Amino acid sequence: MDSALAIHRFHFAFTVTFHYIFVQLTLGLGLLIFILKTLALRTGNEHYNDAARFWAKIFAINFALGVVTGIPMEFQFGTGWSRFSKAAGGVIGHTLGMEGLYSFFLESTFLGLLIYGEKLLGRVGHWFSALAVWIGSWMSAYLIVATNAWMQRPVGYTLGPNGEIQLSSWWSLIFNEWAFWQFWHTLMGGVITGSFVVAGVGAFYLLLKKSEEFGRTFLRLGVTAGLAASLLALFPTGDRQGALVAKHQPATLAAMEGHFETRSGAPVAILGQPDVEKRKLDNPFIVPGLLSFIVHNRWESEVRGLDAFPQDQWPDNIPLLYYSFHIMVGLGTIFIAVMALAGFLLWRGTLFTFKPLLWILMLMMPLPYVANTAGWMTSELGRQPWLIYGLMRTAAGSSNTVSSGNAMFTLLGFMGIYSLLLMLALFLVWREIDHGPGRAPAAH
Amino acid sequence: MLPVIWFCIVAVMVAMYVVLDGFDLGAGILHLGVARTENERRAVLKSIGPVWDGNEVWLLAGGGALYFAFPALYASSFSGFYLPLMIVLWLLILRGTAVEFRSHIDNSVWKPFWDAVFCGASALLAIFLGAALGNVVRGVPLNANGEFFLPLWTNFQPGPEPGILDWYTILIGVFAFLTLTQHGALWVAYKTENGVQRRARKVASAVWYGVAALTAIATIVSFQVQPKLAQSFAEMPFGYIFPALALAGLAGIWFFHRQQKELQAFLSSAIYIIGMLTSVVFGVFPMVLPANSNPAFSLTIHNASAPPYGLEIGLYWFTPGILLAACYFTYLYRKFAGKVKLEEGHY
Repeated sequence: MDSALAIHRFHFAFTVTFHYIFVQLTLGLGLLIFILKTLALRTGNEHYNDAARFWAKIFAINFALGVVTGIPMEFQFGTGWSRFSKAAGGVIGHTLGMEGLYSFFLESTFLGLLIYGEKLLGRVGHWFSALAVWIGSWMSAYLIVATNAWMQRPVGYTLGPNGEIQLSSWWSLIFNEWAFWQFWHTLMGGVITGSFVVAGVGAFYLLLKKSEEFGRTFLRLGVTAGLAASLLALFPTGDRQGALVAKHQPATLAAMEGHFETRSGAPVAILGQPDVEKRKLDNPFIVPGLLSFIVHNRWESEVRGLDAFPQDQWPDNIPLLYYSFHIMVGLGTIFIAVMALAGFLLWRGTLFTFKPLLWILMLMMPLPYVANTAGWMTSELGRQPWLIYGLMRTAAGSSNTVSSGNAMFTLLGFMGIYSLLLMLALFLVWREIDHGPGRAPAAH
Repeated sequence: MLPVIWFCIVAVMVAMYVVLDGFDLGAGILHLGVARTENERRAVLKSIGPVWDGNEVWLLAGGGALYFAFPALYASSFSGFYLPLMIVLWLLILRGTAVEFRSHIDNSVWKPFWDAVFCGASALLAIFLGAALGNVVRGVPLNANGEFFLPLWTNFQPGPEPGILDWYTILIGVFAFLTLTQHGALWVAYKTENGVQRRARKVASAVWYGVAALTAIATIVSFQVQPKLAQSFAEMPFGYIFPALALAGLAGIWFFHRQQKELQAFLSSAIYIIGMLTSVVFGVFPMVLPANSNPAFSLTIHNASAPPYGLEIGLYWFTPGILLAACYFTYLYRKFAGKVKLEEGHY
């Protein structure tokens, strides 16, 4: 990694991956806190307000870190990717500008009220703040996903006389089919993270025999939402997202699946290591015909492999893309299995005393983070070698005035600051979990 | 016409950012000095706690408008000012972290540490924002493709091979530091009582003379460094309204501050800042980033703007969005109006 291009790529990848650690939890928790506030308002039971207040504290820590690590993302389109910004800013500047105007103002206003204003606002006003913060964060997610979706599948543009990209239809940009499915798939990923964290903390309390009343509430909420989100992440959102990749990025699909050779009755590889040089999978463990069925709904149909595409259009890191995709799908399958079992036991009324599953739920808390990260890596590595699919190559988009030495300098700076932020986040969230929910006045 | 409208919109957004985030940056600069006890520090923090995040959004929203209306300017300036922008980002991260996390643990190591981070980051941000403005006025060595890259410093001269920091941009940085210190002091005086208020008022009184002196000096030097300024005012004399506004604001601060009319003094400071910024913007118009290499390479609102379709449709989503934002802000500031009360809430 010594070229300026490689450092710019890693710079963006590192900062955005780190940013998303905090974002995915707030996307999920925003909804779950809103559900708790609604339960509190409808039942009049203060227990739900206490539960909401506990998660709002953890939400606030993550939200603050999401904001401070998010501001650099808005700048980095220009700092590291100036040629891309000059060419595409007239298009994606719309979605990014709308995010600032419609989401950030809403979120920043009502987060202040959610955290500082409970006594000031009364029950309904405070409930409304929770709603506004939740809506704001999901709207922000939509506009960012729409930006990414345009890079995955550019629509609503024309090319000017000198090949410059010009917006021709704002509606197409906003209602890109790719954005719709990617948004719901991404959101389900966020709800999975939020649900597993809520359920995991609940399981932790029951195992500790501490704050058990809250532990049971957290488990009920986390398992119900987690089961729904895990299923929706697979179908229809994941399925539709995959169909769009198959249709518009067939080379990406082949690379994700480790599918080197065009053939009929194409299999899906569950396991196996891609050998790009020899164009084969080592020790493959396959389900015959399944890829043909997924792509064309017929077990015998032909699916194009990587050999059907010129090598300069292959994604440039096929092994990492292949593993990212397989890790996401594998973990997603495990999430469905675990949440289905937990949901069944919850329905039978035995979940709260079944210790093995409580242990599993507690220990699984980090895995949705891995799955979400792997999902985004699949999306972004799969887009390569294009920065805007079919329109601009990644190598043509970076800032050519920023040298590798300057880029490395700021990359190391970000790594240093972000290491401290991560330690701080873990430390502060752990303190809140250790302190537990309840009526004792908060430390702040 | 559309590029002119968007130029005005972006200028207003940036001015709003400086006026709003300016007072919480200023409060940060004063934090260690005017607030001595824990209760006083909580009062200063509480005066900006619910609003600082929203204030900062004006920077992001302004940046977003800049991005789609003038993509060539965004691309050129963000890559050319790569180093100072990254430093600004680090300072914003540290400052936001300090404000949000200070209150989580109550002991005599944790809180003073974050107080110092908050104060230091606020001060450096004020200086860097001023230096950034200085860079735009002085101009940058753009090439024919509209690209440049500036190191942090070279020989500290605003000559043909300048750095981010030279004597002129440092002067503007110090000027911005004093202006925002005064702006923050007037805000803190307006929002607090007793000891903090007394000390904030003292700071505001003392800094006023520095701001007034630097207003004169910076104006004279800027006309030397950027000849286009004199030309603009000579060609379009109606532009004198902007510096007149600044002078009125400066006089207003002095007058209302003496009379202990805190809100009016703070608003005068806002008018002063808006007057100074609009004077600069008017002075370099229609340039948005002057080239100090070859004037023909300068980025203007015409060669840096997006095609008309995007600019027009942008107005349709921007107008309702900014009205909504104005409603949120009115609501938020009214909810937290008046002097800071320490017992309510849990900050």
